[in-house]
Amino acid sequence: MTKVSMTVNGKSVSGEVEGRTLLSAFLREGLGLTGTHVGCDTSQCGACVVHVDGKPVKSCTVFAADVAGASVKTIEGMANPDGSLGVIQQAFQDHHGLQCGFCTPGMVMSAAALLAENPKPSEHDVRHYLDGNICRCTGYHNIVKAVLAASGQSVPAE
Amino acid sequence: MHNFDFVKPATIADAAKALAGDGAQALSGGQTLIPTMKQRLAAPGVLVSLTGIAEMQGVCMGDGGLHIGAATPHAVVAREAAKHYPALAALAGGIGDPAVRSRGTIGGSIANNDPAACYPSAVLASGATVVTNKRKIAADDYFQGLFTTALEEGEFIIEVVFPIPAKAAYVKFNQPASRFALTGVFVAKFANGVRVGVTGAGNDGVFRWSDAEKALSADFSAGAIAGLKVDPAGMNTDLHGSAAYRANLVKVLTQRAVSAA
Ligand SMILES: Cc1cc2nc3c(=O)[nH]c(=O)nc-3n(C[C@H](O)[C@H](O)[C@H](O)COP(=O)(O)OP(=O)(O)OC[C@H]3O[C@@H](n4cnc5c(N)ncnc54)[C@H](O)[C@@H]3O)c2cc1C
Ligand code: FES
Ligand code: FES
Repeated sequence: MTKVSMTVNGKSVSGEVEGRTLLSAFLREGLGLTGTHVGCDTSQCGACVVHVDGKPVKSCTVFAADVAGASVKTIEGMANPDGSLGVIQQAFQDHHGLQCGFCTPGMVMSAAALLAENPKPSEHDVRHYLDGNICRCTGYHNIVKAVLAASGQSVPAE
Repeated sequence: MHNFDFVKPATIADAAKALAGDGAQALSGGQTLIPTMKQRLAAPGVLVSLTGIAEMQGVCMGDGGLHIGAATPHAVVAREAAKHYPALAALAGGIGDPAVRSRGTIGGSIANNDPAACYPSAVLASGATVVTNKRKIAADDYFQGLFTTALEEGEFIIEVVFPIPAKAAYVKFNQPASRFALTGVFVAKFANGVRVGVTGAGNDGVFRWSDAEKALSADFSAGAIAGLKVDPAGMNTDLHGSAAYRANLVKVLTQRAVSAA
C-alpha cells in the first residue's frame, strides 16, 4: 500500500491505495463519493467520467496512484456552493435528460468538459462529444436538449 | 486484476532502469493496458508509468519534421499538431471518444499495434521514424504483424518523428461499437511519391497498398485507382465485415482520402 494525495472537488484528500486501485474505486470506496458510477468497468460506457486537471477521463481506466497530486472533479463537485443544482444538472432535470439516472453523472461531467472547450456547441457537436457516454434509457434526445439548454441556446420545442 | 508495484519515474534514464527489471511493463495512457489487465491477459509485476516524464510529452517541429513525444495524449496531438500536420491532428481527434483521447497516447497506440488502431496507418504512410531509448526504427521495419512490433524486451518509445507531406488525409470507417476503425486509410503525398497506409483490413495488421501508391504517384486523383482491385485473400473477416467487404472498403476509402487530401 502507498499513500496518495490529490485534490478532489477543491479539498485536499489522501488515502492508502494498492498499485491496482482504480481512481473510480478510490473515489467510491476510499472517499465515499458514490456519485461516480461504474457501469461497465471495461472503458466503454462513460458512466465513470470525472475530470482530472480539467480533462474528462474514465475513472475506471486510470490508476489512483497515476493521478497523485492532480485536481479531480466529480459529480459531487457540480452543485452550486449553496447545494442547489448547477446549471447543467438543472438543465438535465428541466429537459428530462435522465430516466434511471445511472449514466447521468458521466453525462454531466462529459457535458461540462464539452462546454468548457466549446461554450456554444451545435447539436452535432453535442452528439459527437457524448460518443463515449452510453445511456440505455433516454434515447439521448433529451440529454442533447439539456446540454444545448445549459449552454444558453434555445432548444427545439417538446 | 493482479496487484503490482507502481513506479512513476521522472526521467528517461530512470524509466529505462525500471523497465530493464524482471516482470516490468510500461504504462502510458492505460486505455488498452488497464482493460487487458482487468481481463488478466496481462499481469505485470511492476508497472512503470511513462506519463510523468517531461521529455516524452508534447508536439514540436524539429529535425526531420514533427516530433511527438510518445506519452502525448491524443487530445493534445489533435490540438497542437493541427497547424503543422492537419491530417494527423484530425486522425488523433477521431480516436475513440473524448475521455479516451484525454489519456490514450501515441506511444501506447503504436507499441500495442492493434490491427484496427488509427495511428499505425499514419506512421506507415508518413514514413515516420520511431525513436526508442536504444535506436531509431523506420516505420517500414517497425510494424511486424498483429500486435507485433520491432520493439525488444525493455525497449520503449520516446518519440515519433513525422516528415510532413505536401498533402494528406485519413479516412476512417467507424466500427461504432468499439469506436476503432473497421477500416481506415491514410494517404500521404510527398515530393518523391505517394504512400498509402491501411489499417483495420489486413490479416497481418497495418500494410502499404503498393499498387495504389504507384498509380497515385503518377496521377494523384481518385480516378487513378478506379481500375485497381484489392485481393480479399489478404483481408480479415469478422462479424462486422467480410474480407470482400473490407477489400472494397480499402479502395473506396483510399479514393475518399485522395479527394479529401
Ligand atoms: C473505448 C475506446 C475506444 C478506442 N478507440 C480507438 C480508435 O478509434 N482508434 C485507435 O487507434 N485507438 C482506439 N483506442 C485505443 C486507444 O487509442 C489507446 O489509447 C491506445 O491503443 C493505447 O495507448 P495508451 O497510451 O492508452 O497505452 P497503454 O494502454 O498504457 O499501453 C498499451 C501497450 O503499449 C505499451 N506501451 C505504452 N507506452 C509505451 C512506450 N512508450 N513504449 C513501449 N511500449 C509502450 C504498454 O506496455 C502496453 O503493452 C480506443 C480505446 C478505448 C478504450
Ligand atoms: S465504468 Fe468506466 S467506462 Fe464504463
Ligand atoms: S438514464 Fe438510465 S442509463 Fe441513462
